[in-house]
Amino acid sequence: MADTSMNAAYDGSTAAALTTGGTVRDFYQLLKPRVMSLVIFTAFVGMISAPGQLHPVLATIALLAIAVGAGAAGALNMWYEADIDSRMARTAARPIPRGSVTPDEALAFGSVLAVLSVLTLSLLVNYTAGALLAVTIGFYVFVYTMWLKRRTPQNIVIGGAAGAFPPVVGWAAVSGSISLESVLLFLLIFVWTPPHFWALALYRCRDYERVGIPMMPVVAGPDATRRQILWYSLLMAPLGVAPAFTALAGPVYLVGASVLGIWFIVRAVAVYRIREGRAADHAAQQLFRFSIFYLFALFAGILGEQVARMGFGL
Amino acid sequence: MTEPETKLPHADVSDAERKRRQKTRSIAIGVGLALLALLFYLATIVHMGGNVFKRPI
Repeated sequence: MADTSMNAAYDGSTAAALTTGGTVRDFYQLLKPRVMSLVIFTAFVGMISAPGQLHPVLATIALLAIAVGAGAAGALNMWYEADIDSRMARTAARPIPRGSVTPDEALAFGSVLAVLSVLTLSLLVNYTAGALLAVTIGFYVFVYTMWLKRRTPQNIVIGGAAGAFPPVVGWAAVSGSISLESVLLFLLIFVWTPPHFWALALYRCRDYERVGIPMMPVVAGPDATRRQILWYSLLMAPLGVAPAFTALAGPVYLVGASVLGIWFIVRAVAVYRIREGRAADHAAQQLFRFSIFYLFALFAGILGEQVARMGFGL
Repeated sequence: MTEPETKLPHADVSDAERKRRQKTRSIAIGVGLALLALLFYLATIVHMGGNVFKRPI
């Protein structure tokens, strides 16, 4: 397999020179802390929204296991992608390309944490949540990182499922099952992922092109990507409002999600229309940044409504 | 496939510094394992609930 050989070539170049130089902080960075914080947040919203009760100690353990599992997937992703990370501006400072951690250390670290997190969640909380966490890690590492990312421009569309699983795992940790509401939380992140990452890919296009990652702007071109971003945004905005019509949220969320969804479309239209020069990059950057806020705000809105119901019986 | 350009900031780290980092990592692993043991202990107590106090003497 071509990808494996690329990775193996990288292993050989650094492993001998570096064995035990990494600090605890370097290993912590392997867990992709910023991604992990979003995973913790969305999983927590899934847990709060789910019917049923879970002892606070078990809920804390569930959240910790989900966070560690996501971090393990991140470490395994960095292990496999070390060869391309070292040649991209955005990722060149990661622990492996920087030379702080060897690929073998990252592989061992990620594998051990992945197994421990799945076992902990399965044994201490429930097997459904444990199995879903295993699927999440496996999907991110094997399906997205190893299979799709270097092969198809649909990589982040299908691979986006991995990032969408955490609220479903959180929901299952409390309820022991999957339901319509948890699938809706999944779909929110799943449909949000393409416009989010393609906005980034638009202004990082050269990086991806240089390392041969077939992101949409590289393969189909910037204009086709802009059109796709707009279509996904038009699909995502109404989906963002949908929780208001379920037990997840209510009228306050409906108003907030509607305004944010319209603004998301406005930003996507700006990306679609502004196609030349620095203004085009600026529009894509604005959409990328707003997309992070958008997803955070939607989940914060659901959390707010759930807390209000619990606290004030609304 | 050309070899990736990598900087090796830790290649010239002194042995003493290397040992210090290894010791810190060992402590972190120890703390992690202790935390895992504590989590399993706490979860076991929670699962047993009040029944833990109702054992026959």
